[in-house]
Amino acid sequence: MPTKEEIFEKIQAALVDALGVDEEDVTPEATLVGDLGAESIDFLDIVFRLEKAFDIKIPRGELFPEDILTDAQYVQDGKVTEQGVAELRKRMPFANLDDFAKNPIVQDFGNLLTVADMCRFVEGKVEVTE
Amino acid sequence: MRWYWIDRFIEFESGRRAKAIKNISLAEDYLHDHFPQYPLIPNSLVIEGMAQTGGLLICEHSRFTEKVVLAKLPKVVFYCGAGPGDTLTYTATAEYIRPEGAMVTATSYKGDVLHAQAEIVFAHLNDASLGSLFDPETFLRMMRLLGAFEIGHAADGGPLVPPSHLVQAAEGT
Repeated sequence: MPTKEEIFEKIQAALVDALGVDEEDVTPEATLVGDLGAESIDFLDIVFRLEKAFDIKIPRGELFPEDILTDAQYVQDGKVTEQGVAELRKRMPFANLDDFAKNPIVQDFGNLLTVADMCRFVEGKVEVTE
Repeated sequence: MRWYWIDRFIEFESGRRAKAIKNISLAEDYLHDHFPQYPLIPNSLVIEGMAQTGGLLICEHSRFTEKVVLAKLPKVVFYCGAGPGDTLTYTATAEYIRPEGAMVTATSYKGDVLHAQAEIVFAHLNDASLGSLFDPETFLRMMRLLGAFEIGHAADGGPLVPPSHLVQAAEGT
């Protein structure tokens, strides 16, 4: 069972390999898209590396529920509706959506996920040693 | 010039692994410019050859129903050069094949010498504008030309056969 520190180190290694960034740039606060330059195809690569590193399965849309952002039920005029934000909170308990919820522009959603969010996501899938 | 950067498949295990060879010949025009008096196959064309080996492996797995395009090279390392008279052996091994895309790890060997290594990510596209790149008869012709159905094995161990929809489409043209 990994410690939180070991989880961070493995995620850091996965992001260095997937995104070609320097290890010191992968801090807990760094956002995947804005700070580390991840593009949509990178998420496929990142998910694979996380699955391999932690021996877990990550179904499509679990880490990044893009289906909500393209669902007319949850999006109006380029913004996620209240109902959509509630759905995102339910699907992404590992992410802090408070800032996004103040002005939930769909375009800004991509820049939400941080390295720390990703660590919490993995911690929810493996048993963690304190 | 045709955009074939492999000459023949020598192994084809559906959904798992494909091996192809590329014979480098001084008759190929680009070698006279890359470089004058010092012909070397450009690394970009070796990457393309490894991507064609892996790309057809991924395409065949979906029975050619997915539009597979090279999306990303997370890692490529070259250890030496290769030139006229060399035969490169490209091996592509599927690391994962998911609905949205796939990744292979690939190697290029010059004889017994490791020449290059790569990780190659493919995306599955559903873009109608790409349709002409994915004509069934094109795939069928390419796989037959490269000998994949002569030496290939399906996932159940039986011979690799072209999907009937590809054959029907090719016969209709």
